[in-house]
Amino acid sequence: MEQHKYSISKWCTVSEEVVKRFDQVVFEGEKGDFVAFAKAYYKTNEIDYPKFFKMDALSKLAFIGSECLLMDEEFDKPTSDIALLFSNASSSLDTDLKHCESIIDKDSFYPSPAVFVYTLANICLAEVSIKHKLQSENAFFVTPSFDGDLMYTQVKYILETHRAKQVLCAWVEYLEGKYKFFGYMVGSYRQGELEHTRENIKEIYRR
Amino acid sequence: MEDLKIELKGKIIEVLNLEDITVEDIQDNDPLFGDGLGLDSIDALELIVLMDKDYGIKLSDPKEGRSIFQSIETMATYIAANRTK
Amino acid sequence: MKSGKEQLVCCSMKKVYITSTSCLSSVGADKQLTWQGLQEGQSGIKKIEKFGFLEDIYAGQIADEVIDTQWNKLNIKGIYTRLEKMLIIALKPMIDLKKPTDTSQLILATTKGNINNLANTGVKGADINDMIQRIADLFGFKTTPIVVCNACVSGILAVSIGKRMIQMGVCEDAYIVAGDELTPFVASGFNSFQAMSDEPCKPFDANRKGVTLGEGSAAVYLSTECTAQETVFEVIGEASIADANHISGPSRTGEGLYLSIQGALREAGITAEQVDLVSAHGTATNYNDEMESIAFDRSELSSTPTHSLKGYFGHTLGAAGLLELVIVIESMLYNQLVVSKGYEISGVSRALNMITANSKLSLNTALKTGSGFGGSNTALLIAKRN
Repeated sequence: MEQHKYSISKWCTVSEEVVKRFDQVVFEGEKGDFVAFAKAYYKTNEIDYPKFFKMDALSKLAFIGSECLLMDEEFDKPTSDIALLFSNASSSLDTDLKHCESIIDKDSFYPSPAVFVYTLANICLAEVSIKHKLQSENAFFVTPSFDGDLMYTQVKYILETHRAKQVLCAWVEYLEGKYKFFGYMVGSYRQGELEHTRENIKEIYRR
Repeated sequence: MEDLKIELKGKIIEVLNLEDITVEDIQDNDPLFGDGLGLDSIDALELIVLMDKDYGIKLSDPKEGRSIFQSIETMATYIAANRTK
Repeated sequence: MKSGKEQLVCCSMKKVYITSTSCLSSVGADKQLTWQGLQEGQSGIKKIEKFGFLEDIYAGQIADEVIDTQWNKLNIKGIYTRLEKMLIIALKPMIDLKKPTDTSQLILATTKGNINNLANTGVKGADINDMIQRIADLFGFKTTPIVVCNACVSGILAVSIGKRMIQMGVCEDAYIVAGDELTPFVASGFNSFQAMSDEPCKPFDANRKGVTLGEGSAAVYLSTECTAQETVFEVIGEASIADANHISGPSRTGEGLYLSIQGALREAGITAEQVDLVSAHGTATNYNDEMESIAFDRSELSSTPTHSLKGYFGHTLGAAGLLELVIVIESMLYNQLVVSKGYEISGVSRALNMITANSKLSLNTALKTGSGFGGSNTALLIAKRN
């Protein structure tokens, strides 16, 4: 198959109440409370999207990380040009626990639809596609740890077959207060940018 | 009735995670859906749970919900007439 | 989009075939029994008097005895959960036909995995990676298994993902297995969505009242092998495009599904006219079926014979797409249409050619679609070869 060169145009991490873009700290919240940190990020960046407050923690994490990667992108809305490939280790277990609690006891059996809808890992991906109107290729994977090889192959396929012009790849893991977002954008190769290779993906993930 | 309306407003804000909206911001006759508070279909389902959990009212027909959830006024009137707890 | 370059890339892609399939369903304990059951119009949907704290629900449940009987035939030692047994039962026939090599890829599609364990064992017992690794180890896979967890499209999407991996040259073959269990976890959630039908579901029918849940498992083997002796099914096109509309409600215009179907047709290089059969998602909720009818109509598929198989199995969630694909393949193999159970009078705004009789028809190309929570959609086109 014909092989083209692509580059990783930007990357971002969100963990321990710190948002980094290209390894530079762009936002720091108070330690120890993800929900307060997420709200502070929202307020500081003057985001106007009240649905944010209805999201579960996994979706808030995906939202913040994707916001950081997409905020300076200009594209038509809706678009099929930016595909989304997300993955994590714990699926939606953090919210699964909440739904599970609500169905244990017959006397307090009031399962919440607003909680239940988040008991699917791909909803965090959907929240990002809805916010940015990305009517594009999308998939959610569960792997024990960030699988740079899997992402590399799937990204390459989408770009080589012209299904999208860019792919937003992300590891979005949230379980019982411990979390990490690692995301990057891949698109056509531009001089001076980091080349999209398996090694480079693993290298920026480790930073 | 006034107390019930205030209680309802507080509950709706809490249950539906309405950020930056206070009890004072919601008028009794404001539409809850559409342009009003901007609630959507999942919020409507959540209100059905609230009616059951807090007032012992079981609504199973979503169409029934539509007229009850028009505003705080219509909700309070329905609750006052039908509550079992 | 359709540049000359794209054509070049697509033409140089390897062809990927489904060469064997298998399943375990509420209709039958294996593929043959399931197929036979469908021919006789049997449904796996029954009334369950008590399920968790829910009463009198309809669901496509597999009897424990059926799973035990199939399991005991396998003579596998070790402790596995009910769902793991379901997955292993589906996967075993593929392994018996061809043992995995060092590069073979195992791909699991599930929405909830061992979620039934959550209340008792906490997150550890519900870990999807641990579950599939146990199965990978059992069958001697050397590569790390991949889990596709994309709501109700997972089963079909897993086939696309496997196909893409083979086409990119990272593996030569892939074993796709899908499974989800009927659990109080899921049933209570769908019930809170007021989405459950109080009678067996009636996809696309005017009197449909919502979803009937179900459970099942299925497996398919993907490879580049195409021998002249056997009929195989080439995956000729696929796409998975999001609605970007709402996390639980489908798009009113069927945009994501429409775009997915168009993407699959484009990759296959065929027109809608060449599609002989549409196997819809058809959950029997008001909005879903209406959305699908719009997407099929926009795709010029309104006269193509169409069914939903949810009337037989209920909605088997992450397994649905793959289980239904296995039936589509049987259907194509025997050139035999399967009736869309539960359908009598159209209850959607666009005309569809719903299958109402078990008739024979030459079936060479079929479209399988799925749509799910999160506004996810997948379309997969397969074509009969030999």
